[in-house]
Amino acid sequence: MQYLVSVIDDDAGLATPDEQAAIDVFNDRLEAEGHWVFAGGLASPSTATVIDNRGGEAMFTDGPFVESKEHLAGFWVIEAADLDVALKLAAEGSKACNRKVEVRPFL
Amino acid sequence: MSEVDAGEAITQAHHEEWARVVASLTRRFGDLDIAEEAAAEAFAIAVERWPADGVPPSPGAWLTTTANRKAIDRIRRENKRDDKQKEAQLLYDDPPEPVGAIGDERLRLIFTCCHPALAMQTRVALTLRMVAGLTVPEIARAFLVPETTMGRRITRAKEKIKAARIPYRVPSAEDLPARVSGVLAVLFLVFNEGYLATGPDTEPLRPGLTAEAIRLTRLIRALLPQDGEVAGLLALMLLIEARATARVSASGELVTLGEQDRGTWDTALIAEGHRLVRERLAAAAAGVAPGRYQILAAINAVHTSARDVRDTDWSQVVALYDQLVRIDPSPIIALNRAVAVAELDGPQVALAAVDRLEDKLAGYHPYHAARADLLRRLGRSQKSRAANDKAIELAGNTAETAYLTRRRDQLR
Repeated sequence: MQYLVSVIDDDAGLATPDEQAAIDVFNDRLEAEGHWVFAGGLASPSTATVIDNRGGEAMFTDGPFVESKEHLAGFWVIEAADLDVALKLAAEGSKACNRKVEVRPFL
Repeated sequence: MSEVDAGEAITQAHHEEWARVVASLTRRFGDLDIAEEAAAEAFAIAVERWPADGVPPSPGAWLTTTANRKAIDRIRRENKRDDKQKEAQLLYDDPPEPVGAIGDERLRLIFTCCHPALAMQTRVALTLRMVAGLTVPEIARAFLVPETTMGRRITRAKEKIKAARIPYRVPSAEDLPARVSGVLAVLFLVFNEGYLATGPDTEPLRPGLTAEAIRLTRLIRALLPQDGEVAGLLALMLLIEARATARVSASGELVTLGEQDRGTWDTALIAEGHRLVRERLAAAAAGVAPGRYQILAAINAVHTSARDVRDTDWSQVVALYDQLVRIDPSPIIALNRAVAVAELDGPQVALAAVDRLEDKLAGYHPYHAARADLLRRLGRSQKSRAANDKAIELAGNTAETAYLTRRRDQLR
């Protein structure tokens, strides 16, 4: 079972060196214990471009699809047996990156 | 078999077997929705058949077998439409486990329904549906929400449990204390809503809800006999429930602890509650620190030990509140402590303590009611009246409003 762990941030700051070090330790653990699928940090929402090609001609719009105080700053995709395992890992991840996270199952 | 006997047998089976049937089907089919629907169908068939055919020798086994068959029918039906892979699951069509050997199944069910990833009100609704067997309309009425809203809430919860794979198991030893405390919070919430309904549109006391909460807590107690907080919560509920008939007057007005007719208290419930409190006191003496429910139960044991309110051992009550404040520094506990302090050190000391809580409790009607009472005892009628008015404005329960209104009118 795979889960998306989204990192929620409320300012555009990047991870501090301490946070980055803690994230590296956490990532190593995910790999060692077989939970690692993929992870990445994202550039700030202001760098986003929205594309809509439903009408036959692709429309490009500058900026994120939704303006909000909080935004997605990065994510992990983890492999976990069930939600209890995923929640425990996500709690560790939240501590490591020093931000709130959201856990959501893949279909 | 007469119809009356069959009806009684069904009611009893519903109380005793519902959670077991739902739990064993959830275990087998890995799906709460299938388990719930099949259990409901099995009981509906019992209602039809038992009056005519007689009550089966083992109602639980009959219900489980019937529900199993219904669940398999549904899965086969759905498999014809889509999802062929479920068919594989059905190939091992083993007979259901014997009833009685699966006591723990209910515990799994309870922990799943009270999972911390679900919102509190969802946990309450799901527990009442899956474990207590209340119908969706019954739960909707209990919490004053439309049936469709309650139905959606329960459906969404079942979908989340399935999609997010909330596990169907008893938590590991390391997680157990925190998870048990989550379960107890759900049960206490159900009990409190029955004991002092929050809204103006219901009966002030709702014995159905308190009885259900006690029944579920007894079940948890049977499944986790070593857990002190489970024993504490059960004792607390019993000692509060014992005073239920004395708590509302014939005219529908709340009667405070000091004014209750203690002769109408339920002595059997009190004796059972006291036994549990003594059991926990022995554990505390052996060095096991009591949790909040055990301390609250002990406070209620002091009250229910006094045949007359004047015999109440207030120093003991205050000492127990001191102990409670150390593990739960909430302003509501501090308020209750101050009310006990009034009996020990007088209303002046208590009022000073209550006034210090204003910032945190300005929107909580018992804060204003307590102030009104202390101000009245100090002869400060005008201020007391104002505090009483504020309490009436904020209170929702009809018996409480009636009591506060009389109190205010006495101050004219």
